Amino acid sequence: MAKGRVTVREEFCKSCGLCVEACPKKTLRIADHLNPKGHRPVEQFKPDDCVGCAMCARICPDVVLTVYKID
Amino acid sequence: MARALMKGTEAIAEAAIQAGCKYFFGYPITPQNEIPEYMSAHLPKAGGTYVQGESEVASINMVMGGASTGYRVMTTSSSPGISLMSEGISYIAMAELPCVIVNISRGGPGLGNILPAQGDYRQATRGGGHGDYHVFVLAPGNLQEAVDFTQDAFDISQKYRMPVMILADGFMGQMMEAVDIKPRKTEDPKSNADWALGWFDERGGKRAVIYSMLMNPDELEAHNTKMQKKYELISSNETRYEHFMVDDAELIVTSYGTTSRVCRSAVSNLRDKGLKVGMVRPLTLWPFPNTAYSDLPKSVKGILSVEMSAGAQMVDDVRLATLCDLPIDTTGRWGGHSPTVRQVEEKCEELLKKAINK
Amino acid sequence: MSETQVFGMPKVWKSEVHTHYCPGCTHGIAHRLVCEAIEELGIQNRTMALAPVGCAVFMHQYLDIDMMEAAHGRAPATATGMKTVRADKIVFTYQGDGDLASIGMGEIVHAMNRSLPLTVIFINNAIYGMTGGQMAPTTLLGQKSTTSPTGRDAKVNGYPIRVSELLATLAGPAYIERVALTSPKYIIKAKQAILKAFKNQVENKGVSFVECLSTCPTNWGKRPVDACKWLEETMMPYYPLGVLKDFE
Repeated sequence: MAKGRVTVREEFCKSCGLCVEACPKKTLRIADHLNPKGHRPVEQFKPDDCVGCAMCARICPDVVLTVYKID
Repeated sequence: MARALMKGTEAIAEAAIQAGCKYFFGYPITPQNEIPEYMSAHLPKAGGTYVQGESEVASINMVMGGASTGYRVMTTSSSPGISLMSEGISYIAMAELPCVIVNISRGGPGLGNILPAQGDYRQATRGGGHGDYHVFVLAPGNLQEAVDFTQDAFDISQKYRMPVMILADGFMGQMMEAVDIKPRKTEDPKSNADWALGWFDERGGKRAVIYSMLMNPDELEAHNTKMQKKYELISSNETRYEHFMVDDAELIVTSYGTTSRVCRSAVSNLRDKGLKVGMVRPLTLWPFPNTAYSDLPKSVKGILSVEMSAGAQMVDDVRLATLCDLPIDTTGRWGGHSPTVRQVEEKCEELLKKAINK
Repeated sequence: MSETQVFGMPKVWKSEVHTHYCPGCTHGIAHRLVCEAIEELGIQNRTMALAPVGCAVFMHQYLDIDMMEAAHGRAPATATGMKTVRADKIVFTYQGDGDLASIGMGEIVHAMNRSLPLTVIFINNAIYGMTGGQMAPTTLLGQKSTTSPTGRDAKVNGYPIRVSELLATLAGPAYIERVALTSPKYIIKAKQAILKAFKNQVENKGVSFVECLSTCPTNWGKRPVDACKWLEETMMPYYPLGVLKDFE
């Protein structure tokens, strides 16, 4: 059961991958599709493992991620 | 303030305070040091602040920061210091910020010396820094004018949102004359809230941004065009000059600032001898008073530009103003010397003789 | 079951604008931390900032506060002018290493020494970013750049300048700290430092300076994640993190 949830502002993501590296539960990855700017945005492919720690959002240079904690 | 005998530099400083300037940023350089000294003593009493910059470069950027808030700010310097400020002046012009810069000019190029000279004419009238901009330049010929022009400079800089320069040579700064300095009515800085920084709430929760980098050529072209239109407006509204005994003149002496005092004496003396000589004195060096030369009477056969700069600089603008229709000659001294009345008289007599013999 | 937002966009960040920074460049993180500090202190309506010349020249497009572009290196002087006139405002500069430590070394030293309450955010990425990867005063010995193609040589180029240590020798500064923007744990510390640097000014406590070790993946020729690693392994030993000066 997920303890957190992440939403992605896909069109602002530059595919840098810093969040993928920062996620302690490795729930994020770079998606296969392109956003309108030509970057492959990040996606949460293991949402059930998210703990809502917001490490991903803290390191995101483009304020792409919003993080929710689920109680 | 009652009429008082004051030194030029101190009169300019007091005039600025009476024109609502509460913030001064500057760096010591001779021959204008009495201005920062006066400001450091008197601004705190007027509720203002004097800041000594670590250089002229820093000082002009402090001026830019102060000007960005919509308050009246100024700096003063002398020739080499103005060179250092030129970068900042270009930025201030581009950002369309109001400020007053006084150049008590000295001998150059390089360090030159600390004596009066008029070698900064081109620097002042062509902007000094890079890019398509102008500084409004006022050239006082006596200390009452220095006082009035300093106060006008603040009004004009606020009205057109551009840097205004007082170009006064070292004589103007160092001599003493009786002056009357009156308080000038000034705008509420808050009235600048539509463009100035620091009025977020007054603008209804909207921010202001001042920038000078326009990467899109369409935007930069449009901004430059807008500035040029402003310059055209200023040229038609604010150009100033004096005609002295030009009505039936055959020879026109032209000069500004200190040299105009020498020329005025020479013209008066020559008139006493029955020689038809007059004087055109630009009071604004930019915009240059072209009509002062194009409107001269038909009797005028030639022009003599008298300047304290090697090779003369203003003479180029005189040639442009007359479309090279009249013979133009120059005389003067430089390197810290000023031309004498006799020197100007002799040159006038020589030119008049040539014109008659033609 | 309930959901609470634990991390979102600060209000000061202009949400609709795409930044021009390269992927993985940590400028965006520094910008966000500044936004968070401004929001937490409730000073959006009285903050005035100066963008530098360098990669952050367009910073005014991203932060919803009063801003002006300063001339190259002169932001501390321009800020001094602003703060002198409007002592009631919060004034900060945001400068890179070329801007602050090369062309603007004079201005920053004197602004720090003058101790007029200002906040300075200094981005040290050991290279000139905007102009295309030239050597900066902070470029490490042996580090390659487009103007030190065989690596920085001390005999020719001198040594990388530790700006925070240099400024900490002055009597004027209230607070100087060096932080890094390469991992969440460092970013949390960086946030505290930036918040403190602004809080100091709100409390009229003199000039505060936060040096942020930052990455330049593009000009370093590294992937963003590798750039963070390189910073931690190579830059950090020469530029150690920590508080260099604190009046308290």
